[in-house]
Amino acid sequence: MSGNEAIAPTDERLKKEGFVARMMKRPELGAIAGVILVTIFFLITADPAMFTLSGVINFMTPAAQLGILAIGAALLMIGGEFDLSIGSMVAFAGLFFAAATVTFGLPLILAIPLTFLFAAAVGSLNGFIVIKSGLPSFIVTLAFLFILRGLSLVGLKVATGGSTQLRGVRDATEGDPLAPFFSGDAFGGSFAWLAENGWIDTFKNGTPKVPGLPVEIIWFVIIALLATWVLLRTPAGNWIFAAGGDTNAALNSGVPVRRIKISLFMVTACCAAMVAIITVMDAGSTDSRRGFQKEFEAIIAAVIGGCLLTGGYGSAIGAFFGSIIFGMVVIGLTYTDFDQDWFQVFLGGMLLIAVLFNNAIRKRVTGER
Amino acid sequence: MTQGTAPIVEMRNIEKHFGNIIALAGVSFDVKAGECHCLLGDNGAGKSTFIKTMSGVHKPTKGEIMFEGKEMDFSSPRDAMEAGIATVFQDLAMIPLMSVTRNFFMGREPTKGSGPFKRMDVERMNEITMTEMRTMGINLRAPDQAVGTLSGGERQTVAIARAVHFGAKILILDEPTSALGVRQTSNVLATIDKVRNQGIGVVFISHNVRHALAVGDRFTVLNRGKTLGTATRGEITPEQLQDMMAGGQEMATLEGSLGGTV
Ligand SMILES: Nc1ncnc2c1ncn2[C@@H]1O[C@H](COP(=O)(O)OP(=O)(O)O)[C@@H](O)[C@H]1O
Ligand SMILES: [Mg+2]
Repeated sequence: MSGNEAIAPTDERLKKEGFVARMMKRPELGAIAGVILVTIFFLITADPAMFTLSGVINFMTPAAQLGILAIGAALLMIGGEFDLSIGSMVAFAGLFFAAATVTFGLPLILAIPLTFLFAAAVGSLNGFIVIKSGLPSFIVTLAFLFILRGLSLVGLKVATGGSTQLRGVRDATEGDPLAPFFSGDAFGGSFAWLAENGWIDTFKNGTPKVPGLPVEIIWFVIIALLATWVLLRTPAGNWIFAAGGDTNAALNSGVPVRRIKISLFMVTACCAAMVAIITVMDAGSTDSRRGFQKEFEAIIAAVIGGCLLTGGYGSAIGAFFGSIIFGMVVIGLTYTDFDQDWFQVFLGGMLLIAVLFNNAIRKRVTGER
Repeated sequence: MTQGTAPIVEMRNIEKHFGNIIALAGVSFDVKAGECHCLLGDNGAGKSTFIKTMSGVHKPTKGEIMFEGKEMDFSSPRDAMEAGIATVFQDLAMIPLMSVTRNFFMGREPTKGSGPFKRMDVERMNEITMTEMRTMGINLRAPDQAVGTLSGGERQTVAIARAVHFGAKILILDEPTSALGVRQTSNVLATIDKVRNQGIGVVFISHNVRHALAVGDRFTVLNRGKTLGTATRGEITPEQLQDMMAGGQEMATLEGSLGGTV
């Protein structure tokens, strides 16, 4: 990008575009501004404990669990489609994963890839129906929201003989060499070392208050970076923007739109499977309410992150910050004197502001008059 | 100079039906290397539909497409592009929210690196875009400027520059001059001439007879989904072409009443 200035010719009719004007056109700007505003709000209103290491981990954990879904949802939205079934997909993949480990006793090295394969197959079915029928993905995936939730319930009852909760995942996965990658905390050693040196808070007995970095936060960061790289630096990223920006123009320019969209549905479903694996291993069980309404939260986080509902615009980094805002608000309210139920009001308000803001940004970018 | 060479693309008795609408009722057309073959016709004559069968957007209902002597069956625009056919569609196929560079290379992004590190060569993409646009007489502010901020003429120029850059054997231009001013129009006509001299076959669609006559080697007139015949440069006068496009009769009388200004 840096070589531009050298080859950019000057045109006397063009005003010089300042740094601020350039930043204004970045899709993630709103979400970053939002993080700053929400941080200021809680710095003023919340107990200072919120911004200690354990407080930050406290809100980053739900942010990461949502964020993994939101990044998938953002990619799909940029590609011009929605998936309302991701919340139910979390429950369905959770059931599949729990059944694979508990009922069939498979080791993680088989259970995890199988869960991803299974999710990808359901995602591709979603995508295939949307592409073949030409119906809005909104309606097709709304159907799957109910189908998958219902199947999860029925499946749980079959697997457990009547209960809606399948337990025993912890026992089944204990000691598995892959378990530390998908559950618990990472860098425990480093945290202990930091505690020994007095750089982080410890309990009286000297163990650190935060035993390590929850693995979901690490996955969240990795997935955000990967998605950003794909979007901004690979042909596939260009195709995602093109497919969402104008399907017909993209097709006529030789973009494999159908393949891209079906792949995006598969990626989104795999993000749901990722969250399912992490949360099921964390809880040691799965139940039929897992992932309930997560589809809305993920889409809201993506929209706060700058994704346009009409497709073709947005960013993974935006969804990353959108999810952090989400986590901060949900958990932050418990550190304040406000009633926790303000959460929904806060959320709806943020969504509204984000949509209005994105609309204005879009007009700036396209120079729409 | 093009006489005697075999056509690169030959379309035989192409028919295209949309439900019960017969958009093309048996059109034959061919393009040779190094010629500009103009396709003329009034609005709704079927020009766009016809070139879309050539560029892989539509599958013809009937008829055959010969590409370099072999029967061809393009199942997508990508197939046609890979064969060396580049098209500037009438609606330009540009995405307003994306940058000029991303639009320019949409579907054909150059990459560098290999394996999992294979990535778009953004610097090269930006450089080519700026250079190609400058050649066409447009000075872009920056290659990451969104296409939506360009004027209609500038957009059209980006689409043409893109097709010229990728049009290896055949370049199809569907009414490329419709949104252009005088200077950009002559720029486009000069580009057609330049491209033709490089041995590329050009299909130039227009309903402006003067633009067509300025660069065309052969002229085919379409009317209501049928060809009214093909003429070679020098065989036909502007008035005759104009009459054919309008279906003959009425135009002559109209022109009389307007004092020959149309
Ligand atoms: N996708 C389509 N579905 C139905 N009818 C179409 C379609 N595309 C073109 N047509 C019809 O075919 C005819 C020719 O259109 P077109 O090729 O765009 O004409 P031109 O480019 O010469 O102005 C018109 O009557 C148009 O309505
Ligand atoms: Mg047309």
